[in-house]
Amino acid sequence: MSPDLMIPYLITVPLAAAFLIIIFGKIARPAGYIIACIASVLSLAISLALAFSITKYGILIYKVGGWMPPAGIPMVIDCYSAFILLTANFIAALVTLYSVSYVRRYTDRWKYFTLLMLMMAGVNGVAVSGDIFNMFVYLEIASLATYALVAFGNEGEALEASFKYAVMSSVASTFMLIGIAFLYNYTSTLNMAYIGKFIMENPPAKAISFVSVLFLAGFGLKAALAPFHTWLPDAYTKAPAPIPAISSGVLIKVLGVYALTRLFFNVFGMTKPVSHVLVFFAVISMLGGSILAFGQSNIRRLLGYSSISQIGYIILGFAIGTPLAIMGSLFHIFNHSVAKSLLFMGAGSMEQSLGTQDIKKMSGVISRMPVTGYTSLIGALSICGIPPLGGFWSKLIIIFACIQAGYFGLAFIAVAVSILTLAYYFKAYAPILFGRQDDVLKVPAKNKTQFLMDIPMIILAVVSVASVLFLTPGVMNILIRLATTTVVNGKDYVNIVLGSLK
Amino acid sequence: MSIYILCLILFSVGLYCVLRKRNLIKIIIGIGIMEYAANLFFVLIGYRNEGRAPIYAHDQVIKNMVDPVPQAVVLTSIVLGLALMLLLVAIAIRIYEKYRTFDITKINRLKG
Repeated sequence: MSPDLMIPYLITVPLAAAFLIIIFGKIARPAGYIIACIASVLSLAISLALAFSITKYGILIYKVGGWMPPAGIPMVIDCYSAFILLTANFIAALVTLYSVSYVRRYTDRWKYFTLLMLMMAGVNGVAVSGDIFNMFVYLEIASLATYALVAFGNEGEALEASFKYAVMSSVASTFMLIGIAFLYNYTSTLNMAYIGKFIMENPPAKAISFVSVLFLAGFGLKAALAPFHTWLPDAYTKAPAPIPAISSGVLIKVLGVYALTRLFFNVFGMTKPVSHVLVFFAVISMLGGSILAFGQSNIRRLLGYSSISQIGYIILGFAIGTPLAIMGSLFHIFNHSVAKSLLFMGAGSMEQSLGTQDIKKMSGVISRMPVTGYTSLIGALSICGIPPLGGFWSKLIIIFACIQAGYFGLAFIAVAVSILTLAYYFKAYAPILFGRQDDVLKVPAKNKTQFLMDIPMIILAVVSVASVLFLTPGVMNILIRLATTTVVNGKDYVNIVLGSLK
Repeated sequence: MSIYILCLILFSVGLYCVLRKRNLIKIIIGIGIMEYAANLFFVLIGYRNEGRAPIYAHDQVIKNMVDPVPQAVVLTSIVLGLALMLLLVAIAIRIYEKYRTFDITKINRLKG
């Protein structure tokens, strides 16, 4: 099978799984879990196979229905999409496995997996789409599934958070739609490569600046950048525990960061004003996220604010725009996905056993639940940037890139925020993990499926220790390097896509 | 030109409704209005002067046809809007069951 024929399966496999689960889940309950796990592992396998073949071919294009662009809708995979797909599907497969144990508390569990699979179909669609409106549609599918998932617990707070998230996010989507309308009016095509070609061949226009502003607001909200971040801590607090894990690890990275950088680097071409605005947002996110995290007593809120601050690092690297900085950002996307999903899974597991989200009420997790305790410790150390772990290297690369590009102020802020991160993680996690084990908390009956929650956490902990190996020559290194080249040589994307369409 | 300005006014009405109203249902209506304005704008972009429906039949010349792409796009966008609307209304009903109110200033258990 030629590799480009694999691309549509990234979307059809989760989508088909979603429908099969809703049909068979009601009849036989285990069917839901089994179908969801098989589908997520399958899409991980497909993205792995695509990642291998992308290093050989460079770019893969699937023309849906055999129609040639610009009339037809292509699915384009280059190294950047392959890298993002691999990260996203890896996290998603582990989160699905984790969910099997976690969602036992709910009635109608199979519907949870339906929504999760719909969300993954949307996420994969955003990553492979080569058409700007198609990207918007997939983005909406993923967002709609997420609103429902946030409200899945059906408590008052969960519904409130979901409503807030849905309203803010749909206003952002409307801005995006208007941006697409302006873009279509200006370029009279919706295909990203043709839009890029049109913009390249014509003098700079005001329409593009206007569209850039609309897209910055739209995708900035999906990425939880600082002025648009307010939905995130609320949505993370009351959702089922796997949702913050997948949202932090996959959703804000793919729907926000990936879509934003794909459009700004590869389609519009990065300009000075846009990169200055991005630097501004990134600095507010880094500082604001880490300062707000100090006052939190709810563990998931703390992790949510930490996510905002780490997204700041990622955007900072992209905004600086040197090859080293972008490589650091891509590596940080991977490391942060792994470590933050791990921390949210750990928080969910602690919550399940101790029955609280309050940091002050948790203590002695390491002696009570060694697997959860030690893996959370590794995740926290990775986010803080303690040397042998992945988070250290990616932050180091971003800080070096700031210095190399001559932005000493930004480098100072990045170091300062890193110290702040260490401080608030220490403040929160030291008592939770090592605190004296008092008998105030009654430990409820042991969860029989705890091992299903432990396995993903152990895998993620191992990956976040081993991710330094990705800096040595290997597949991931090649992939990161090729992805960096794709982003750095922004407008080459247009020529490569149009060249391989011939 | 004036028709685009009317479209902008419609959008602003929706945005005002989302930002200023305190009732959940009114916020949902505001989102609906915003979406209609965006869809209307997209359709207007595809309009040509004195244009006719873009249906290609056997013995017709392709002349004075409006642009069919925005129509296809808007059809998809309307479906997405419908899905969003249903979800929002369902959530609003559930919120009413839990809080016994539609007033967003009274729905404030999340803090921090």
